[in-house]
Amino acid sequence: MQYFPILSFITFLPILGMVIILFIPKKLDVLIKSFTLFITLVQVVAAVFLLRSYNYALGGINDPASFQFIEKFRWIDISGFSWIGKIKVDYFLGIDGLSIPLVLLTALISFIASLSSWTINKSVKGYFALFLLLDTGMMGVFVSLDFFLFYIFWELMLLPMYFLIGIWGGPRREYAAIKFFLYTLFGSVLILLVMIGLYFSSSEVLADGSKVFTFNMLSMMNHQNYNLTGILSPLNPSNLRFIAYIALFIGFAIKIPMFPFHTWLPDAHVEAPTAISVILAGVLLKMGTYGILRICYPVFPEITRQLIWYIALFGMINIIYGALCAMAQKDFKKLIAYSSISHMGFVLLGMASLNTLGISGAVLQMFNHGTITAMLFLIVGVIYDRAHTRGIEDFGGLATQMPIYAGFTTLAFFAAIGLPGLSGFVSESFIFLGAFGFQTIRIITVISTLGILLGAGYMLWTFQRVFLGSLKEKWTALGDLTFREYAMLIPLSIIIIFIGVYPSSMLNLMNSSVNALVKFMTDAQVIYGSLVH
Amino acid sequence: MNTNNLNYLVNSLYLIKPELVIAAVIVLIVVVDLIWIKNKKLLPYISIIGLLTAGYFLIDQFGTNTFAFSTNSSVGMFIVDPFGSFFKLLIVFASIIVILFSIFSTEIKNSLNRHGEYYTLIFGMIIGMMFMVSASDLIVIYISLELVSLSSYILAGFTKQSLRNSEASLKYVIYGGVSSGIMLFGISIMYGITGSTNLYEINSLIQAPQMQSLAFLLAGILIFVGIGFKISAAPFHFWTPDVYEGAPIPITAFLSIASKAAGFALLIRFIKVTFVQSIDPNGFWHLLGIIDWKSFIIIISVLTMTLGNFTALWQTNMKRLLAYSSIAHAGYLLLGLAVMSNEGITAILIYFMAYAFMNLGAFFVVMLIANKIGSEELDDYKGLGSSTPFLGVSLAIFMVSLTGLPPTVGFIGKLYLFIALVDAKMIIVAVIALLNSVVSLYYYIKVLKCLFLDKSEKEVPAFSASYGALVLVFLLAAPVIIFGIYFTPLVDLAKSSITLLGL
Repeated sequence: MQYFPILSFITFLPILGMVIILFIPKKLDVLIKSFTLFITLVQVVAAVFLLRSYNYALGGINDPASFQFIEKFRWIDISGFSWIGKIKVDYFLGIDGLSIPLVLLTALISFIASLSSWTINKSVKGYFALFLLLDTGMMGVFVSLDFFLFYIFWELMLLPMYFLIGIWGGPRREYAAIKFFLYTLFGSVLILLVMIGLYFSSSEVLADGSKVFTFNMLSMMNHQNYNLTGILSPLNPSNLRFIAYIALFIGFAIKIPMFPFHTWLPDAHVEAPTAISVILAGVLLKMGTYGILRICYPVFPEITRQLIWYIALFGMINIIYGALCAMAQKDFKKLIAYSSISHMGFVLLGMASLNTLGISGAVLQMFNHGTITAMLFLIVGVIYDRAHTRGIEDFGGLATQMPIYAGFTTLAFFAAIGLPGLSGFVSESFIFLGAFGFQTIRIITVISTLGILLGAGYMLWTFQRVFLGSLKEKWTALGDLTFREYAMLIPLSIIIIFIGVYPSSMLNLMNSSVNALVKFMTDAQVIYGSLVH
Repeated sequence: MNTNNLNYLVNSLYLIKPELVIAAVIVLIVVVDLIWIKNKKLLPYISIIGLLTAGYFLIDQFGTNTFAFSTNSSVGMFIVDPFGSFFKLLIVFASIIVILFSIFSTEIKNSLNRHGEYYTLIFGMIIGMMFMVSASDLIVIYISLELVSLSSYILAGFTKQSLRNSEASLKYVIYGGVSSGIMLFGISIMYGITGSTNLYEINSLIQAPQMQSLAFLLAGILIFVGIGFKISAAPFHFWTPDVYEGAPIPITAFLSIASKAAGFALLIRFIKVTFVQSIDPNGFWHLLGIIDWKSFIIIISVLTMTLGNFTALWQTNMKRLLAYSSIAHAGYLLLGLAVMSNEGITAILIYFMAYAFMNLGAFFVVMLIANKIGSEELDDYKGLGSSTPFLGVSLAIFMVSLTGLPPTVGFIGKLYLFIALVDAKMIIVAVIALLNSVVSLYYYIKVLKCLFLDKSEKEVPAFSASYGALVLVFLLAAPVIIFGIYFTPLVDLAKSSITLLGL
């Protein structure tokens, strides 16, 4: 089928924009900013187009035929000797119900973040060039179906992120940037090792009947493609497969970030400029959970099932620990960062339920967390731009001074708490319903619900400290929202309310894929069980 | 000498055309230097034309697989095979780049009246390395190694302008002298046991169990010391930082790539030819049990990379940092050998191509910056990212590639290395190497931090290098990215180059 390669377009458009930006003279700040805005807007339009022509009935997951907008051609093709086989790497893009919400989210958040970057005044050209490079890296992760390609995109965004935090960040930016880089690289090398191991264990049958080793994720999900002697082959049970799973899981968990690998996140958030925090919380953290759902789950279904209780447990720890830490924060931004850890714990818990309800909730929570936390960071950014401080205790009574701002904050806070009618409620209730339905993790689920309570606690308490009470003398000059800030907050608010009122819009989108994943995991239990014994 | 033998010699001369070209260039440089005393501008161009001619002959004979100079028996002293040709091409490539470096180098320009010696010595090194790569006889190995060493001792202290320059040269001579003495001792023991200096003959002799004595083990290890010194493997690496720091930058770059490549080629050939018992269809070598080379090299390699990476963390001088980084890279490369398989060798060849581009590029940018600001201290690099963006970004690309992050060619080198390790089921070693590359990120990124993140206390005026130099930087940086994304040509070349004669 010949059609416009829209996934390549949406992925590489930012890189193209970056190249053009490099040729725009330094002095034309406004042109560079508007150009970036334009590029991200085109990306949003392309994403909406994707959504319009997306077929809701197709499942994806492990079936190449039911992926959509597939682009596949040989990228690296090295005909081999007998001793190394042939190396073939495909340029293989495609999306299913797991990835399309995140593609939409990436496009949206990039657009919002480029609006939010308008206040950047220091080496504008470098900033927006790196910003667009980051955009490509993020988009690429969500659309690639070849592990090798996935890994390249995964690593591609490390460097721009390092510079974006390290050059345009706060006072301790260098520390935060290198910490972020080292943590994520540590995770990446684990992923790399497992990737190579999987490569040697699975193969793909070519048209001429010969077998080649493959980086194709979808081939790795089929036990029939494994070689008997492969080190990570399910046919050849060994502890290595178990260790590989844990390594891969940790690689992704660092990105989520899952306790105890979370310590880079508060630092990175506090130091990063607002727009980068928005991207970090909005998109980057989702890569971890997406990676687990896309790779860990279907490639190692039997081990996932073995360890499911622990995944749920770490989800619970994230929820409770994140919430307790958030409660203790004095810095507004750090508080949001910890609340983000807490909310990503819900995603882990939902994933651990292994049923349609819970996993739908988890995927929806990824999307919702992306929009809600992005909004929360924007809100912190608004006040920081004006007051140049983020100490919660420094404020008070802002609701009278900035009523509209207070209104948006209320919406975002309530969405984060999970108030019915707003998007956070839907995903969290789905997660709890799903997780409660799974006998093994029922107790963990019950304890996790405490997180909601704690969430309401710190959010409302923060709201009270910042917006209620009496206005301090020095803040009487603060103005309310500007046009640009409206432009950032209104789209997010609409999405939050829309999904809260009409969740089917998103749930239908992912339903077939989530069902396919759940069915795959259930079938795999039988199949892999018979393989081993 | 009968005519038959004479014919053989003449035929052999055809096989060493590249080496003959290099030898002819040495003579030509000396003559030109003597005739046109005033005009030294000609010398680099003669050198480059000579190298290109040698390169042409190398490509021409690529795929030939035979002995040269084998008058009396079936085996000869000199081998022409794809493996050797590959390394010679790499050496010629690095030499061309280094001569271009020399044209732009202020350090070298300042010693204008001795340009004749400079280029003669460089060519002395080149011819020595070419023989090193192809030698199959312990005597030829030793002579060529000495030729390389002696030329590089002088080159390391060539400019004579600073104390550290002379210090570098002296340290190099002392360490080099000791290690080559040790190696010679090993050679003599090996000759004493087997009665032969030819690696192939030694191999066939030591297949007999009674030859596999403790003394032979000692001889093998002693020879390894000599080669280990050349490739700066721990614990024979102590000269590296001092020499790299003190030598003129083009020579440092030359030592870190060409000399190391020649050393590796020699090491691989020495171990594989001398100790091989059989090679299985999967390309794994089965070595004779005299020396457990696999464990030995794994230990050396892990030691080398860990030491290199951890010491590099504390460096504040760019040249010393790159010196320790090159030690660490020698460690990764040794792992490719430790796999003891053809796949491991492929990985080494790919890694070397990647390493040549990124390391030459890094040294070149360091040199261009040193030309302007007269320093290689990291503290003086602060804020350079904004005052010389092109050089800054290029150096960033080289640093990222040295770390081994995609999409750069350094990643491809590492990828193939880890593929070889995982395929050989050496998982724990692979994990150690990967963790090492996480450590290495810290010091490579430190350079980027200085370039882009830090603010300089003193004002650095915007500057740039000459257009010629910028083009050369671009020509080194572009392949780092391009081959990082499309690496088929690199792998194909490496795969067609792993054939060692007779194996």
